[in-house]
Amino acid sequence: MLNHCFLCRNEDLKEMLESSKESLKLEAMKRIVGLIAKGKNASELFPAVVKNVASKNIELKKLVYVYLVRYAEEQQDLALLSISTFQRALKDPNQLIRASALRVLSSIRVPIIVPIMMLSIKEASTDLSPYVRKTAAHAIQKLYSLDPDQKEHLIEVIEKLLKDKSTLVAGSVVMAFEEVCPDRIDLIHKNYRKLCNLLVDVEEWGQVVIIHMLTRYARTQFVSPWREDAVFDENSEKAFYDSEEERRVDQSKPYIMDPDHRLLLRNTKPLLQSRNTAVVMAVSQLYWHLAPKHELSIITKSLVRLLRSHREVQYIVLQNIATMSIQRKGMFEPFMKSFYVRSTDATHIKTLKLEILTNLANEANISTILREFQTYVKSQDKAFAAATIQAIGRCATNISEVTDTCLNGLVLLLSNRDETVVAESVVVIKKLLQTQPSQHSDIIKHMAKLFDNITVSMARASILWLMGEYCEHVPKIAPDVLRKMAKTFTSEEDIVKLQTVNLAAKLYLTNSKQTKLLTQYILNLGKYDQSYDIRDRTRFIRQLIVPNEKSGALSKYARRILMAPKPAPVLQSAFKDRDRFQLGTLSHSLNSQANGYLELSDWPAVAPDQSVRIVEVVEPAGAPVFGKSKPGKSDEKFYSDSEEEEEEEEEGSSSEDSSTLACLSEENSDDSNKSSSSQSDSEKKKKTLKNKKLQQQKPDSKDSHDLALFLSQLHSFFLNQFLASSPVFVPETSRELLHRMTGKGLSAQYRFTRQPCIYGNSMVSLQLTLSNSSDQALENIHISEKSSTGRDIHRFNASERLEPQASVTVSMGVDFNDSTQAANFQLCTKEDEFSVSIQPAVGELLLPITMSEADFTKEQSKLVGMNESSATITMTPENVSSQSVNRKVVSVANLGVIPSSQENIHRFAGKTVSSGCLVLVSVALKDPDAVITINTENTVMASMLLRQFKTALTNSGP
Amino acid sequence: MIHSLFLVNASGDIFLEKHWKSVVSRSVCDYFFEALERATEPENVPPVIPTPHHYLINVLRHRIYFVAVIQSEVPPLFVIEFLHRVVDTFQDYFGVCTEAAIKDNVVVVYELLEEMLDNGFPLATESNILKELIKPPTILRTVVNTITGSTNVGEQLPTGQLSVVPWRRTGVKYTNNEAYFDVIEEIDAIIDKSGSTITAEIQGVIDACVKLTGMPDLTLSFMNPRLLDDVSFHPCVRFKRWEAERILSFIPPDGNFRLLSYHVSSQNLVAIPVYVKHNISFREGSSQGRFELTLGPKQTMGKAVESVLVSSQLPRGVLNANLNPSQGTYTFDPVTKLLSWDVGKINPQKLPSLKGSMSLQAGASKPDENPTINIQFKIQQLAISGLKVNRLDMYGEKYKPFKGIKYMTKAGKFQVRT
Repeated sequence: MLNHCFLCRNEDLKEMLESSKESLKLEAMKRIVGLIAKGKNASELFPAVVKNVASKNIELKKLVYVYLVRYAEEQQDLALLSISTFQRALKDPNQLIRASALRVLSSIRVPIIVPIMMLSIKEASTDLSPYVRKTAAHAIQKLYSLDPDQKEHLIEVIEKLLKDKSTLVAGSVVMAFEEVCPDRIDLIHKNYRKLCNLLVDVEEWGQVVIIHMLTRYARTQFVSPWREDAVFDENSEKAFYDSEEERRVDQSKPYIMDPDHRLLLRNTKPLLQSRNTAVVMAVSQLYWHLAPKHELSIITKSLVRLLRSHREVQYIVLQNIATMSIQRKGMFEPFMKSFYVRSTDATHIKTLKLEILTNLANEANISTILREFQTYVKSQDKAFAAATIQAIGRCATNISEVTDTCLNGLVLLLSNRDETVVAESVVVIKKLLQTQPSQHSDIIKHMAKLFDNITVSMARASILWLMGEYCEHVPKIAPDVLRKMAKTFTSEEDIVKLQTVNLAAKLYLTNSKQTKLLTQYILNLGKYDQSYDIRDRTRFIRQLIVPNEKSGALSKYARRILMAPKPAPVLQSAFKDRDRFQLGTLSHSLNSQANGYLELSDWPAVAPDQSVRIVEVVEPAGAPVFGKSKPGKSDEKFYSDSEEEEEEEEEGSSSEDSSTLACLSEENSDDSNKSSSSQSDSEKKKKTLKNKKLQQQKPDSKDSHDLALFLSQLHSFFLNQFLASSPVFVPETSRELLHRMTGKGLSAQYRFTRQPCIYGNSMVSLQLTLSNSSDQALENIHISEKSSTGRDIHRFNASERLEPQASVTVSMGVDFNDSTQAANFQLCTKEDEFSVSIQPAVGELLLPITMSEADFTKEQSKLVGMNESSATITMTPENVSSQSVNRKVVSVANLGVIPSSQENIHRFAGKTVSSGCLVLVSVALKDPDAVITINTENTVMASMLLRQFKTALTNSGP
Repeated sequence: MIHSLFLVNASGDIFLEKHWKSVVSRSVCDYFFEALERATEPENVPPVIPTPHHYLINVLRHRIYFVAVIQSEVPPLFVIEFLHRVVDTFQDYFGVCTEAAIKDNVVVVYELLEEMLDNGFPLATESNILKELIKPPTILRTVVNTITGSTNVGEQLPTGQLSVVPWRRTGVKYTNNEAYFDVIEEIDAIIDKSGSTITAEIQGVIDACVKLTGMPDLTLSFMNPRLLDDVSFHPCVRFKRWEAERILSFIPPDGNFRLLSYHVSSQNLVAIPVYVKHNISFREGSSQGRFELTLGPKQTMGKAVESVLVSSQLPRGVLNANLNPSQGTYTFDPVTKLLSWDVGKINPQKLPSLKGSMSLQAGASKPDENPTINIQFKIQQLAISGLKVNRLDMYGEKYKPFKGIKYMTKAGKFQVRT
């Protein structure tokens, strides 16, 4: 009957769907969606619904999509009818339509269309709209779950999308990465710095995924910032004092944090202020797993703040705090009161708070905590009261000063009216007594008296065990208890029976005169018990204690076996071993490994190659307007400064009205397209685009000027045909910037990292190591704003506090403008200012590039005459080998080695950092002489370089 | 990430389901129902429940369980935060988030869920964007749609989605331009038997209702920004500017939003605006208990304490309460043993009190614990932490907006142990 009715209604819906009126169709679809929502089966309407897939009405279309995604898997053949509609929509000029077509197409789980999906994803991943690219990233995961065989192809798409600079795409593609190929860490290297810098502007859900991925990445790539001798458990004072000496040893080889490691920590810190609790938790776990221990305290406040959020959020956050508080009490101790329990909390919240309070207990605060616990014991929630008693027991064992107080308190609880409270107390007292039984025979007596009133079997069993174990302390009472037990034996629970047998055996051995008969009686009862456990135990005990001919040697040892001293149980937290799971994960929450959990690796002993993360910045350096760096731009933008905003908005709009502008840019960059990687392409495209726009906007005013700029721009494209390469050799030596005597305890050293500077294209990247050799902490170390002599300096972030004997490494950038004149600036602490200066060696003002030998000779032939300087020197014999020539040259100047076909000619190429002039060096060996030739427009530099090469190649030694 | 979502009402019926990947049978919820049965209170259901093949993560809001089905490792807070965002969105769209409202608007709910997640990963959760994609149902629009056959689904990609201010829709126009800010502070406190404060902290928020034309750029500054050392922001706030100058500078979303929330921790001294004198006692062997409660104001900076509501969970042994309030009304539910007293406004000249006797179960022993007393109250025109807004300025637009700011202090989790 019902079924019939349903069919009727379906007929009616079918009619509506097939009518010509839009409103009727819509009405029908709405009702069908209602059916789906209720979980009713509406699959038989599939043919009627699928006809409307190409409807003009957007809402109707969307509802059809909902239906299609739900039922396509069941009706694969019919679903294929809709595919062509989507394929058409994928070419639609409206990005919203393209994106939604891809969304639905990839959600239809029909294996036969896998090739079509693959093709569409590939196409969409190069779409001009970042929104469509984001959809493509989502589609990757869908295709992967439908057909895992596509993995290799999908990884290619992921690799491409990882290079995407849009914040919209970043989160989604990292999600796809995590799902499809989380082990391909190598794909992240080149994108690491970009992801770090983009992070604050990514939408919040993407942030969570990226942070988790970067945590895993960092653990494989950087060395541990935790000192070996670090005081792990702050409570052990001994370690604290002992470490003094070790630290001095350590000082000789200070730990220097990889700048990339620092970058990650710095860029995630502002996210602790996010309104999204998942983001705050993600940053907290990142700091927990990656930050030096002394920087950990900044996450405390944010985590405590989360406790005001919804119940479910509290639950997860408290679990994580519980794990953290075991290892580092100090972090949460000041916030102890935030973990006080309210009567309105849910039970699982209460127990977690209790757990944390117990973890935080120490000699200083134990009295406060115990007073608080007293209130909890009286709680109406009996399960919670029982948990409190357990917690008191743990405090008592952990802090020996209060053991007696706790024990007395627990004994008082034995007269409580509530049975669960009494039972729990007995169990805990039993555990405590085991640690020091001799002094507490009166407590055991007291418990024996209570025995008659206690009915909870666990408690009764505990008392019996205590009697047996310490029967020598209570020689009069124990046999009496056994007598009582003999009477009620048959009606007891199994666990009580077992302990009765135990007690009987122990008494038989110590006091056989009084208890022999009782024991035999109980053993007889046990022999015919229903439970085989008890029958077994009885048989075993009888053989063991009652000597007969068969029992042999074992009964001699019966006393030693039964009365062996037993180790006291260790009362420890249930969260003790949870830190084997990464914090904030589902696995941590459940304390068991969830599907797809990715293990956090241990720190590598030696850091893998750092240079893998270097991105070749191939930006036009020649044009001052475009190449001009914006100091302070790249790092720590929470949401961008207004200047940048405009720029990004421009980008946004440029992709929107891309139809007009894209073609322009394509024409434009056609020639440059050949040159280098696609990434730099897009970069250039943008620049050109802007350039074009600029021209369009003010066509008459500065026409000629713009044209000149444009030309110089083009010129620099040609220059950039030669790819920048990573440095061949990075000197380890650092020079002194500030001596500790002049710096009142602050000393600073600098070294050139020879990497392209991340702060600006025309800057030379420097690494500064600041150390504090005074006995007071130095605060707020920074570079004064008003300092410097016309040099453009990217200041490092003020280091808030430098502890005595600590040192910190920061990176900065200086634009030397291709001159060896020193950059002067003020290094400031909170109190003092010190004038310092950095004078670069000429070789540090270069960046290496690679090119073919043919290109080298071609460029060299262009730079002759005035632009060529050469010298002939006599080589020392040990320098003649090609290896040593290479080494000498690259150690003097940051140049790239050009592969050479002639054995006696060595070629090197580089460009100046600021202006990007080519610098070509060749060394021709004619035994025993050598001719050094330098071709560059910058003749001043050439002569300086020449002098340095001469000294280097004529001197012997390394 | 999120595979499916089931909505379960208080009586344990699944009334809505939505799947983002292949369909998961609703029988997976049996594990949830098992946990529900085991829990003594609705709040006691564990938020994360493992099952042999899936993991269930649930949140409880408005007496509806939102149960998400997860298949593999995912940060649980990610799911929880998202589910709460779903509830907030429903509330925003329908005014209330009840079973009836969801059933009435099932199509809009479905459209929203479709936009909010793609393949289980959050796509659009910002209310401004969603409202451009799917217009909230209003009576007028429903009528118009029925007549003209037009729809409430937007045809354009929300402009916000692509801009650097994704939280604000473009083309906002108002005839009356106004911006209101509410500074609301809640006091969480535990007061012990003797009336001294065990712990007290303030949880504050600034909620805004901004209806301004165009792209206004606002700055809000405080007289005493030092109070705000533990804050979380709406993504619109420029963090750098706050770090440097302690000024809130932002392009606001359109409509209602939470600009910032802050926390004044228990380490600071927090003023407690009310005190409670109580005498609740049970005598051994007697079936009567005494109940006396008097409320009074303290540290209110001269402001009136209003909307006072006292509630207490009396011990199980209490059969009935026979009390006499000096003002307001009280109720006692003999089944749940919940006593609640609606006091109203506290008059400092004539302090409100509730006195009388409780009858206990005959023969039952005296309850060994005293009930805790929960208090709710409101104080208008006062931020108890002392936070004060200095000025609000607008840049980027020419017109002069109407500005307003309101302060309020409320009791959060305010408990008195007796």
